[in-house]
Amino acid sequence: MWTDIVMVLLILTNMVVLGTSRLRACIRIVATQGVALGVLPLLIHSIETHILIFSIISIILKGVVFPYMLLRTLRQLNVWREDDPYVGYGMSLLAGPITLAFSYWVSTRLPMPFSIHSPMLIPVAFFTLIVGLFLIVSRKKALTQVLGYLVLENGIYAFGMAIANQQPMLIELGTLLDVFVGVFVMGIAIFHISRQFDHIDTDQLSALRD
Amino acid sequence: MIWALILIPFSASLLSLLIRDDKLRRGLLVGSAICHSIIMALSWAQTFIPILGGFFAVDLIAQLFLSIASILFLMTSFYAVGYLKTEKHENKKDFLENRLFNNAPEAVFTACLLMFLAMMTMVVTSQHFGILWVTMEATTLVTAPLIYFHRHHRSLEATWKYLLICSVGIAVSLLGNFFLAIAASSHNGVSIPLMRGELIARGSELWTPWVKVAFIFFLVGYGTKMGLAPLHTWLPDAHSEAPSLVSALLSGALLNCAFVGILRAFEVTAAAGQLVFAQDLLVLFGLVSMLFAAVFIIGQAEYKRMLAYSSVEHMGILALGVGLGGSAVYGSMFHAINHSLTKTALFLIAGNILAIYKTKIAADVRGMLSSIPASGIFWMAGILAITGFPPFGIFLSEFMILRAGIQQGRYFIAAVYLILLAIIFIGISAIALRMAQGRNTRPLDVKVERRSSIMPSAILIFTTLVLGIYIPPHLNNALHVIANLLGGN
Repeated sequence: MWTDIVMVLLILTNMVVLGTSRLRACIRIVATQGVALGVLPLLIHSIETHILIFSIISIILKGVVFPYMLLRTLRQLNVWREDDPYVGYGMSLLAGPITLAFSYWVSTRLPMPFSIHSPMLIPVAFFTLIVGLFLIVSRKKALTQVLGYLVLENGIYAFGMAIANQQPMLIELGTLLDVFVGVFVMGIAIFHISRQFDHIDTDQLSALRD
Repeated sequence: MIWALILIPFSASLLSLLIRDDKLRRGLLVGSAICHSIIMALSWAQTFIPILGGFFAVDLIAQLFLSIASILFLMTSFYAVGYLKTEKHENKKDFLENRLFNNAPEAVFTACLLMFLAMMTMVVTSQHFGILWVTMEATTLVTAPLIYFHRHHRSLEATWKYLLICSVGIAVSLLGNFFLAIAASSHNGVSIPLMRGELIARGSELWTPWVKVAFIFFLVGYGTKMGLAPLHTWLPDAHSEAPSLVSALLSGALLNCAFVGILRAFEVTAAAGQLVFAQDLLVLFGLVSMLFAAVFIIGQAEYKRMLAYSSVEHMGILALGVGLGGSAVYGSMFHAINHSLTKTALFLIAGNILAIYKTKIAADVRGMLSSIPASGIFWMAGILAITGFPPFGIFLSEFMILRAGIQQGRYFIAAVYLILLAIIFIGISAIALRMAQGRNTRPLDVKVERRSSIMPSAILIFTTLVLGIYIPPHLNNALHVIANLLGGN
């Protein structure tokens, strides 16, 4: 039952992130999503020490560290809204349910060799993944693209939870570390972009082309 | 010994952040590069014991590709010493737009270079698909600051594209990892760990539909990093804006690492009985990459971008060779060596040209043979080598792949391959040879050409020339064994 609540929470956060233009709200929503996902391993697997440690680390990273870093960048840049995305908010919101339906359809077509803890896990993971990709390609601000990357990563993480969790913990931690350093480096890059260009609109990054 | 391979550059990287003295730090860079190369040379004489319960091991593929990376890193580190002497951490004029910019601190640059070597070592030697993924993403993150060494807006744009496109690409291959995990889970609840050796040994137990999906995701994900068209879009930007020695390492070593990722997935897919499926995909991606490269090389204005597109082409040839199977796999592996040596040499020379002519536009560079003869000669030699002119190694390896295509009766593929090679040959030589000949009219800032900026390229080009004439029996055996592993002969 709790797993399903987390799943519903994931769907809701995805929808909200699709329809929100205020960057600060977006960061908080993605953080919420990260925390919800961090709890997931405890609900799916039996509670053991290493799973507990892993959950705590991922909750701290996704719920506290990432939003802190991104909000700090936001304050430094003094950018608060994504005003003019490539795909408008109305269309984005419309794309949400369509993608969700599509994800359900895809997941019915995938034969799983083993039983999954919750039937919602796979479609919701796909949904989150597609929303992440959608955010990356449909938004102009570099910061929103990083959020899209985080949502994409969340989707993949949820997918990883869905399949029997057999990867050694070392690798799970390595994955988290990569995402952490990734967000860190992207944050620095955004800071430099704002200093060079006085904005963080990536559609203006167009000096290099053939 | 594997510990040493990983830990020497790793700890040197951390140390170089602490060292204040520039000379000492440069010494550390060269010193650890030499150590790494010596240990890699030892690996041809004795087998290294796998570490961490077999997570890291030097198998033949690792040995081949890590040796390439190690040699390139050594040569590049010699070049870097001279380069860093001239690139001070101070405000400089941007010759393109007359704006001021400065360079990243040298300590950070050196640290990232060394960390890059450590991460490449881990990518290539890792036997577990998860570790392969983690370290592959790490190479993206440590090379991003290298591309943004010159802090101006163009390199920043290149860095941003690189970070975002490669991170998304690699996220896709993480999904590939999960699909492979599904494929490896057996019906009775006990599943195969994602170790390369075990997956191959028990390949028949894998779920074939999931193995296929996993291979597609690996190919797309690591293919983004490898620069296979149409996922290559970050590559020309990053290569043209990064300092030339970084472009050299990206082209010569990093793209190969991503290729190793694809080869690991390929082995498993083949073991699961899906060899033909994987081969066909590689042929498709290979030819498409060559096509894209040909289209963009014709009339390319900038010489560094031209070299970058040439990398797309050669990555396509590597994929094509493995995809054709048979003796083409041998050719492809041999091609990987030759391409890395030649492309690194060319990028290092391109760095010299950029430093002296202060332009990236090929049409503005004229008369290299008369104004900077040493660079000019090796530029000519490198261009002939990269376009597949005999007796350089690339000619031999491209010919092997062509012959395999004809032997197998795949005339259409062989014809397309040959036509694209010809177009690219014309495109590159038209641009690059004109740079060497003619008379220069620009005011140049020629001091004496430094030996450290010529010797690395000279050694690399000489090596590929020798390989075109004589393949050492040791290497020959290794290439044959690898080809057998990858479904060829």
